[in-house]
Amino acid sequence: MTERRTMIWVMRAAFLVFVLGAWELSSGRLASEFFISRPTLIADQFWTWLIRGVIFYHGAITLLEAVAGFFLGGALGMIMGVWLGRAQTTAEVLDPFIMMFYSLPKVALAPLFVLWFGIGIEMKIYLTATIVFFLVFLNTYTGVRAVSRELIAILKLMGANERHVLFKVVLPSAITWVFAGLRLSVPYALIGAIVGELIASNRGLGYLLADSAGQFDTTGVFAALIAIMIMAFFLNSTIKVVEIKAMPWREQSSRREMSI
Amino acid sequence: MAAELAHPETTSTTAPSPTEELIRFEGVGKRFTVDGKPLQAVEGIDLSVFEGEILTLVGPSGCGKSTLLNMSAGLFAPSDGKVLYRGEQVKPYNPSVGYMTQSDHLLPWRDVVGNISIPLEIKGLSKREIGDRVAELLDMVGLSGFETSFPSQLSGGMRKRCALARLLAYNPETLLMDEPFAALDAMLRMRMQIEIRELCRRLGKTVMFVTHDLDEAIAIGDRCVVFTRRPGTIERIVDIPLAPDRDILRLRHDPAYMEITAQLWEVLAPSVGVED
Repeated sequence: MTERRTMIWVMRAAFLVFVLGAWELSSGRLASEFFISRPTLIADQFWTWLIRGVIFYHGAITLLEAVAGFFLGGALGMIMGVWLGRAQTTAEVLDPFIMMFYSLPKVALAPLFVLWFGIGIEMKIYLTATIVFFLVFLNTYTGVRAVSRELIAILKLMGANERHVLFKVVLPSAITWVFAGLRLSVPYALIGAIVGELIASNRGLGYLLADSAGQFDTTGVFAALIAIMIMAFFLNSTIKVVEIKAMPWREQSSRREMSI
Repeated sequence: MAAELAHPETTSTTAPSPTEELIRFEGVGKRFTVDGKPLQAVEGIDLSVFEGEILTLVGPSGCGKSTLLNMSAGLFAPSDGKVLYRGEQVKPYNPSVGYMTQSDHLLPWRDVVGNISIPLEIKGLSKREIGDRVAELLDMVGLSGFETSFPSQLSGGMRKRCALARLLAYNPETLLMDEPFAALDAMLRMRMQIEIRELCRRLGKTVMFVTHDLDEAIAIGDRCVVFTRRPGTIERIVDIPLAPDRDILRLRHDPAYMEITAQLWEVLAPSVGVED
């Protein structure tokens, strides 16, 4: 089994070398270097930015926007989800409006947010928060509604009051769904921040990307994309670890033997 | 005609011993509205459940057996007649009963100890009291050694035991069981039947046990109520003529068991619906 793992890694490395090699060789021969740049140039640019702190400066801004928007939207989504999940009538009244707003591509709000909040990081935070809000809200709402009525009856027979039901069952069971929503939101949070920066900004990885493109610097564009990719990977890994820590019972269930 | 068979004389003579009447259904009927149409779930139910007995309710699916349990628990009120618990009309969420369903309804984020603790936490017991009581319950249902397992790591039988321990934790005098073992395989089912009967008798619990399996109804019950198809009425109430400390594992070779099974099967057979 370990032998197989080693082989997989070797083949992955070989694949990467092949793709980068083909890119490097075809650049200037099969396609213009102006459009596709070269891996060596991109690595060089990335390294320069890295040691000059450019990546960290812009990356920190983007990270701040994504994380702040993520927490703001996540918290509001969670609160609204639990509240509407419990308040049946209000939920029914609001349903068509929520669904209408939900179907709107949230990035289309960016110009409006620029008008309202300017081109600073607030605008990106609010844009990100709006996107994250809906994902977390809908997940939480579904989760709260999905709590079994049988289970609630069983608990009430045990003498549970509304507060017991809320804190012992509804909220903990909603956490599973909140995490599903949050997990889903991570890439979208980054999208919100980057799109916000692309539209109007003077800082952040999205700005770095747009600025390079504006100067017809393909190498810079690729280097910025790599920085964004690394950040997305880092964020996804973080939430995975947090999820396993927060819900140990989930990880263990996946270890059970499959029976098909 | 079915209701006539269940007249009070029949009921009183079939009481296993002169114990107190715990639950009483008086001319109980229940209608639901399903998709705008009225649906009569049960009709004309006269039935007494006596303290300390295990009463099994058997009948075709949808004959309203569960409806009777729900009314005993006070989850909803009857449309006609009265449901009395110790002589008083059942109010919402009857605190004297514990309910067990086919789905074990364990909380996946709590381990075995955490799940069993829930009713004790609701009662407001101290950490130490909860710990002592849970240890006692674990021992009672045979779950010692699985304290920190999550439900997802337990087998079907273990989950049932955990749900049972949680139910017994707050010591309700009556247990309402709605096909609790329906999802288990045959061997495990028999084992759970043996354990539940032994445990309930030892603890002196009164049990209303709903099942669609006649064999299970006879194996577990002191008395058995046979229902007709919807609208559910009582077709017959019989004493199970088996020893209180019967050997459920070897029942199928017991002539008395074979006789009562054959007899009740004839009562239940029309409900299969092939012959009409």
